[in-house]
Amino acid sequence: MRDSRTGSKSRWAAAPLLAFVVIVFGVPMLVLLGGTFTKEGTFSTANLTESLQGAYLTALLGSVKISALVAVLGAVLGTFLAQAVVTSRFRALREAVLTASGVLANFGGVPLAFAWIATLGNSGVVTTTLGLGDYGWSLYNFWGLTLVYLYFSIPLQVLTVVPALDGLRPQWREAAQNNGASTWQFWRYVGIPVLTPALLGGAVLLFGGAFSAYATAQAMVGSTVPLVTLKIADALTGNVLIGHENVALALSLDMIVVAGLVMAVYLPLQRRSARWLR
Amino acid sequence: MNGARVEFRGLRRRFGSTVALDGLDLTVEPGELLALLGPSGCGKTTALRCLAGFEHPDEGEILVDGADITRVPANRRDAGMVFQSYSLFPNLNARDNVSFGMRVRKVPAAKRHARAQELLELVGLPSVGDRYPHQLSGGQQQRVALARALALEPRVLLLDEPLSALDAKVRVTLREEIRRLQLSLGITTIFVTHDQEEALSMADRVAVLRDGRLEQVADPATLYDRPATPFVAEFVGAMNHLPGLVSGDRVTVLGQTLPVEGRAPATAEADVLVRPEAVLVTPDSEGDGIVMVSSFRGSTARLRVRLGDGTEVLADVPGHDSARFAPGTAVRVGLVERPVLVSARSEPGAAAAVPEPDVV
Repeated sequence: MRDSRTGSKSRWAAAPLLAFVVIVFGVPMLVLLGGTFTKEGTFSTANLTESLQGAYLTALLGSVKISALVAVLGAVLGTFLAQAVVTSRFRALREAVLTASGVLANFGGVPLAFAWIATLGNSGVVTTTLGLGDYGWSLYNFWGLTLVYLYFSIPLQVLTVVPALDGLRPQWREAAQNNGASTWQFWRYVGIPVLTPALLGGAVLLFGGAFSAYATAQAMVGSTVPLVTLKIADALTGNVLIGHENVALALSLDMIVVAGLVMAVYLPLQRRSARWLR
Repeated sequence: MNGARVEFRGLRRRFGSTVALDGLDLTVEPGELLALLGPSGCGKTTALRCLAGFEHPDEGEILVDGADITRVPANRRDAGMVFQSYSLFPNLNARDNVSFGMRVRKVPAAKRHARAQELLELVGLPSVGDRYPHQLSGGQQQRVALARALALEPRVLLLDEPLSALDAKVRVTLREEIRRLQLSLGITTIFVTHDQEEALSMADRVAVLRDGRLEQVADPATLYDRPATPFVAEFVGAMNHLPGLVSGDRVTVLGQTLPVEGRAPATAEADVLVRPEAVLVTPDSEGDGIVMVSSFRGSTARLRVRLGDGTEVLADVPGHDSARFAPGTAVRVGLVERPVLVSARSEPGAAAAVPEPDVV
């Protein structure tokens, strides 16, 4: 009797969370689905079809490409930086890097774009001082945007992976050495497999961050680099063509599907890499 | 497996201003189990880590069968090591942990798995090969670690307090198994511990370290009965320091005259070193001692008795007699008639029972 009362209370305790999920995720999802499959007042898949053709498809693939690149580069570079910090003897350096990472991981939007434009844009301080324009330097392209995205992605990876690196016990390395393993063999057979769940988790976070970024790209490259978030904004505001609001919703659905596909790859990999944790 | 002779020669290691090893000279004979015993910070683990290659001495050398291995990298030394705890690779199951060294040496999978299974059987865990470390108890993990250390058939086995994280019962069982294995394999073994009971019960010889220096190395019985220094006497087992008067080769203590073991000090006033089990206590309402504390230990009970002159004496009595020695009981105190160790009085009037944390 007492148990069932406790169980009932537990269910009610989760009610605010459920309500939040329904309002914040459920309702927008319904609106999104409704709009995607409606054309001129009737059920249609035309919006979805259009969202997967021409410039829209290019933008979607562009977003996937830049996000994947940022995820891989950010995960690798962030992990190396985190390892350097973790193995450093200077505690102050560790504290400084972690604090800076905490700030930079949340540095985005127009301020970030402006910081880069002022520094490495066509008239940026560094560009003009070093005469980078003479060497064909431009920030306003795919690689420039990748660089800017890495600026907040690498610190995010540092924050994600430092606890995992801290969890690598020195005894494991010593035990590996004692069994005749070189440094590379330790990392191959023990270090990297132990870190893999954290590395994968970090990479997915970076992918998500880059995939959904909008304001930085809008302020920096406008439509120079095709990105799905920019296309959604254009379609919603009627910037290029009017009456394409529902195509924007279809593009949003495409984004959800892409995120779902990423998770469909990530989750089995994560489960496999973390099977020793269960 | 054949055991190797291990020699530490003038080993020095300093960490900043702390001297961990201060000229350690020690030889471990082939096939011997030697325990390195001492309090925290005495240098015992540093010595072991120097031998394993995880630390490099500032001075001195380490020889294994006459070959200088002081600068040989850790992954090329012929020594298996069992760490204090948590050293199994968490992402590998027990079988893969044991066969890790063979995998590194590119031994075919079937062969290394068969060998791993053999070793798991050797340590009494034939059916845990598929389990990951977190699915094993602490004792099982240390057995697997032992199997891993033996997998490459090293000539020296290094045990760095491998039992310290285990509960008392498992510890006793495992130490007996380690000794059994060591004897059957004939492997030279160096065992670091701060637990004197562990050292005395397992080792062929025990080396007591203090401040990075060797105080005494001897077989357990000699170490216990004839400690070379007051530090060893106090560190290994409990010891009473009782005031005595030396006269020739005899000493008078607690009203008894006993022969002096070894050399007597030059001064008449001396500390007489007596183990608690060599103190005889009898309930006697006319006795000049009062039991202050009685600590029951199962087979024995340890008493702290205060004598009329204020001297405190530790005494062991059979456990079944402990009820007769409740605190407040008046007792008569005597000593077993046998030679006693005598040292110069370190501080006049300071001789007393060595305090014991579990008794006080």
